[in-house]
Amino acid sequence: MTATTPSARTESMTPAGSPGAAGPRRTRLRLPFSAWHLLLAPLSLLFAVPLIWLLLSSVMSDAEINRFPAALWPARIDLGGYGYVLGNAMFPRWFANSLIVSTVAVASNLLLGALGGYAFARMRFAGSRVLLVLMLATMVIPFQLTMIPTFLVMKRLGLIDTLGALIVPSLVTPFAVFLLRQFFLSLPRELEEAAWIDGCSRLRVLFLVVLPLSRPALSTVAVLTFLTTWNDLTWPLIAINHDTQYTLQLGLTTFQGQHHTRWSAVMAGNVITVLPVLLAFLFAQRSFIQSITNSGLKG
Amino acid sequence: MPRLPTPLTLPDGGHDDGRGGERDHENTATHHDDNTPHGPGNTQGRHPGKQPRKHPGARRRGALARGESATAWAFISPSVLVILGLSVVPVLWSLLLSFQADDLVTPSRWVGLDNYRALAQDPHFSQAVGNTLLYTVLYVPLSIGLGLFLALVLNRRIRLVGFYRTLIFVPFVVSATAQGVLFSFILDPEFGAANSLLQHLGVSPQGFLTDPGQAMFVLVAISLWSGTGFCVVVLLAALQDVSPSLIEAARLDGAGRWHLLRHVTLPALTPVTVFLLLWQTINALQVFDLVYVTTKGGPLGSTTVIVYFIWEQAFKNFTAGYGAAAAYALALALLVVGGVPRLLRARANRRTEGAAR
Repeated sequence: MTATTPSARTESMTPAGSPGAAGPRRTRLRLPFSAWHLLLAPLSLLFAVPLIWLLLSSVMSDAEINRFPAALWPARIDLGGYGYVLGNAMFPRWFANSLIVSTVAVASNLLLGALGGYAFARMRFAGSRVLLVLMLATMVIPFQLTMIPTFLVMKRLGLIDTLGALIVPSLVTPFAVFLLRQFFLSLPRELEEAAWIDGCSRLRVLFLVVLPLSRPALSTVAVLTFLTTWNDLTWPLIAINHDTQYTLQLGLTTFQGQHHTRWSAVMAGNVITVLPVLLAFLFAQRSFIQSITNSGLKG
Repeated sequence: MPRLPTPLTLPDGGHDDGRGGERDHENTATHHDDNTPHGPGNTQGRHPGKQPRKHPGARRRGALARGESATAWAFISPSVLVILGLSVVPVLWSLLLSFQADDLVTPSRWVGLDNYRALAQDPHFSQAVGNTLLYTVLYVPLSIGLGLFLALVLNRRIRLVGFYRTLIFVPFVVSATAQGVLFSFILDPEFGAANSLLQHLGVSPQGFLTDPGQAMFVLVAISLWSGTGFCVVVLLAALQDVSPSLIEAARLDGAGRWHLLRHVTLPALTPVTVFLLLWQTINALQVFDLVYVTTKGGPLGSTTVIVYFIWEQAFKNFTAGYGAAAAYALALALLVVGGVPRLLRARANRRTEGAAR
């Protein structure tokens, strides 16, 4: 303990943020905190303000909101917006729909991505190379090129206006297959060999040996799949007409169109739409950031 | 990546059909489906000092070769079916559609190049292209520039810096729908908080998203609010990879802050910046959700972007063939923007790390 104190002191003596660090030290007004806070605090607050405003307005009364200039702080917490949204509108239903679609998408991306990724990483079969290249090539196809025919395909399958139309296209992405394949390749083969010699099937090796070692890659796939399916609007907008099958995103924008005077309810619905992702992010922040940089630097 | 005892991670000549093969392209090409990676000659050739291992699994593996191939296909066929079925089929179908008149209901009619000809003369399409380019030209450099600035400022060890990072990144996880709904509320010309604030400051109320002269710029600003955090996170990760010894060496050589930034830090960020440029451009050219939720392409078509145009043609006007032609036109543009650098990068990647892309 005592040994570390001097070095810690010297570190705090050289302020990282002092612009004069290279030149001679000038005497200056010393702040009790780093000067960078003066820049960073307002800047980061700027990013937070819209979300704070979202929360605040969701607990305001419509009278407060519709006044001009609008009240900037609720006089008292009014949960009327939430009551309206949960009682009169179909938000609970839409929430369930979103949850079903996202959960199925995450689970199936993990499962099918792991199976596919493992086959590409470890198994030899005719055409594996061609298939892999073909799958990777599909990653660069822009969605708007495929959206019209995908609608027609789903229509032929009789899935339009059902959650199936939302689930089927997101069952597995080339991203999941490829990311897991790359990760499996980085694992040492010897562990699998041992299990293999012991008579385990490929499937058992994958589930009992490989997947337990692959948590970082699996969580990246889970996080990004959840984020994209939960937040998607374009495809639900095309594939769904009937409001019982809406996802939250589609429901929210339709609800806003129909209730543009009930802003407190719209904002309450907005909070309900954003909250799951926000909570997931706050609880698993490290995993989120890791996933973004993983996909970013390798994508 | 899990850390494992070094003996386990040593590359073994006998096991290169997957890993080693990726590293060396020629090598894989000569490997066929022979399933004899454990041949003693092979192992000995690479590691002369090593005992050729008698692998108990080797013979069994040969016998199971056919079974293995069947297992592999069982593993990948669901992915292949979904991914290729919902990409290759639609891409070809889209091409076909672009030469047809189709209302999504009745059978389509062949019209040859009419859709493309009409597209070339459609003022709404050229307006959509112009709007998309304006959005892209503003959003991409601003998000990267702002991201770079914030990343540099955030890249220091002071108290609360993690909290600042969180605040700046949080908008990125908010869906475009939620952003759109939130900002059409904040920027509502009559009741919005923004105009209330402006009134306090003595500025006359603005139209924001209802003003054709402002709407696109407001959309760019909203996108910056949510998209900058992504650039910050990616750039911060890259900044933290800049070797401290490099910086220390430059500092010892007498480099000042500015020189350090200009000649050490920024060059180290170039690859990531190129990636961000590409990524943000591809995303910007495809912006849709935010436009749909806030302006629906208005006012006066001032925010109609290409994807909105395609969606409108196909699913509102039911001229799907025309929409498909527009989609193909955009895809070609994206291919030029995204394909060329990707190809170059793939080649560079293969040379350096051998990742098959």
